[in-house]
Amino acid sequence: MSEAAQPEEAAVVATDTDEILRVEGLVKHFPIKSGLLKHTVGAVRAVDGVDLSVRRGETLGVVGESGCGKTTLGRTIIKLVEPTAGRIIFKGADITGFKRRQMRPVRRDIQIVFQDPYASLNPRMTVREIVAEPLRIHGLYKGREGRLRVEGLLRTVGLSPEHGNRFPHEFSGGQRQRIGVARALALNPDMMVLDEPVSALDVSIQAQVVNLLAQLRKEFGLTYLFIAHDLSVVRHISDRVAVMYLGKLMEVGTRKEIYETPMHPYTQALLSAVPIESPDQRGKRERIMLEGDVPSPANPPSGCRFRTRCWKAQEICAQEEPPLVSRGGSGQPVACHFAEVMRPLDLVETGKAEAGKRAQQAAEAKQPPA
Amino acid sequence: MSSEPILSIRDLTVEFDTEDGVVHAVTGVSYDLYPGEVLGVIGESGSGKSVSVMSVLGLIPDGRIATGQALYKGRDLLTLPADELRDLRGKDVAMIFQDPMTSLNPVLTVGYQIAEGIRTHNPSVKEEEARKRVVSLLDLVGVPNPEQRYDQYPHEFSGGMRQRGMIAMAIANAPSVLIADEPTTALDVTIQAQIIEVLRTAQRETHAATILITHDLGLIAELADRVVVMYAGRVVELGDVFTIFRSPRHPYTVGLMNSLARLEGDQEWLESIPGQPPSLVTPPPGCAFHPRCVQSQGRAPCRTEIPGLRNFGEGEIHLSACHFAEELAAAHIRVGTPAEDTS
Repeated sequence: MSEAAQPEEAAVVATDTDEILRVEGLVKHFPIKSGLLKHTVGAVRAVDGVDLSVRRGETLGVVGESGCGKTTLGRTIIKLVEPTAGRIIFKGADITGFKRRQMRPVRRDIQIVFQDPYASLNPRMTVREIVAEPLRIHGLYKGREGRLRVEGLLRTVGLSPEHGNRFPHEFSGGQRQRIGVARALALNPDMMVLDEPVSALDVSIQAQVVNLLAQLRKEFGLTYLFIAHDLSVVRHISDRVAVMYLGKLMEVGTRKEIYETPMHPYTQALLSAVPIESPDQRGKRERIMLEGDVPSPANPPSGCRFRTRCWKAQEICAQEEPPLVSRGGSGQPVACHFAEVMRPLDLVETGKAEAGKRAQQAAEAKQPPA
Repeated sequence: MSSEPILSIRDLTVEFDTEDGVVHAVTGVSYDLYPGEVLGVIGESGSGKSVSVMSVLGLIPDGRIATGQALYKGRDLLTLPADELRDLRGKDVAMIFQDPMTSLNPVLTVGYQIAEGIRTHNPSVKEEEARKRVVSLLDLVGVPNPEQRYDQYPHEFSGGMRQRGMIAMAIANAPSVLIADEPTTALDVTIQAQIIEVLRTAQRETHAATILITHDLGLIAELADRVVVMYAGRVVELGDVFTIFRSPRHPYTVGLMNSLARLEGDQEWLESIPGQPPSLVTPPPGCAFHPRCVQSQGRAPCRTEIPGLRNFGEGEIHLSACHFAEELAAAHIRVGTPAEDTS
């Protein structure tokens, strides 16, 4: 896992031509410092060995709860934070050890949209300046042409050119997120990392922004890494989905595999925890109640990280970390010793919802592992 | 709904003076809360859903209550002296807030804070007895090892545990009205599911009439008996939860339900409500929703006349404030299909 910073930085790595991004054994540890001399006493293992591959033109959704490392994963991939170990291969080039200057051309091709449209736009700049900034930085903003380009970008994201003279505070959350998307589009990127792009927005506005993103993907052939905690939104926009827990991937599969035949207990629990969509479904959905909270990423459990909350956990789970591999024939890769398809979204007859409770009782009966 | 309402909000109007002008946060809102029911108040940010409830309890100090009444057991809370209102809060009317980190005092133990709530309103209760009650309350809301947890500080609790602590505090004095303002919004989905169960337990134990303020249709679907839908400071629809989900009679409710990304079925596009929420300083003339409304199609009455609430219920009350509510047939709605069809 320590093959970071290869001497031949730009060495072309043979890849599948369809593959735009590959991440191998990616690790990001944030040191915990303590005491007067700021000794490093430990590390928050935000991302702890992630392998991913994203194909050109697809949307890979990354879901997980707060603290699972999904945001750090996105930021490490575009090197806003330096990886501790592992490799990042973008468009065939190993960019892991790239310095600032080397990253510049890469940054044209891979852009990021942040969650908080209030914090990620400079309040002292007009919208026109915000959208023009990446063009200026890369020396692509030239007179009238640049002006027209900015106006075109604003139209593309559903704003009008007149909006260009206003400041971010004059816009609602949804409109600000459109500004952020326009800025990201300015350099014609191949890929965008979307970090919770709609979480801060109201439902009706969420739908507008999700639709806009889907439309832009079609129009410009973009590739998305879509990071979110909302399983419904991720399902809507993703071709494939990676489920993350405490810095590791638990399961990766197509949308259909993850949502219809999930194999990892964590995926199953996440899906079953989503609130019902209509009161007609009350008591008809089996609900797997997970005990407790996500453990600290500074001190993750031994073996399988999910075992402390898992109703299937046995001795082997504490001793051996299950690798992310295909199990039980043709299924999607899943990191669980006891992977098995379960369909948590199926509605059951009233009264049969007891099965979910049984899983809960089993978990309660189990002694919390030391 | 044969019994008398326990809380009755009548024609409530709340305004805020700001640099930009007067913000009309809540305008002419009326609804009733009946004993033992869960009333969901749903709306997006700025719809007035929280203000309509909090102002009644004197918790919106900047707001100006222009008109209205809030009758609690026959007394108007809006004219109640501050000290009487304070006695009422935390005893008869208890609250659960969105952010448990900022609503607990960080320098006092969780147990002490809950016990304080009990003893403030019941001075005769001895310290030891209060402790016993708090421990059993913590146990009820699913805090493991309540004896030890009693002496811990809020920062030693996780988000989900803190929210359990808040719920324990809210139900400590067996309130007759429980107000939960976005109780699960700050929590992760697996913790959310736990808290929904705790809220259910709390409601079952106290039989408190509950007002559930949320933007989350899922939470409404899980817990509410009746629903108030708010938009731009007004009630636009009100009715039984099944009726609201199966056959909404307001285009905003329909839009809200259709714009929700869902876990089942493959939709290429989400149906969205076009446009932006209106300014509450200068709300659009006529129906505040008309600039975004697909049903209106720019028809005259929507632009000129504020639609009043009309009843469409047969037996039960089902109110909608739309000039063209009759045109909304069940066919418009994707949500609320019977469970047998969705499997």
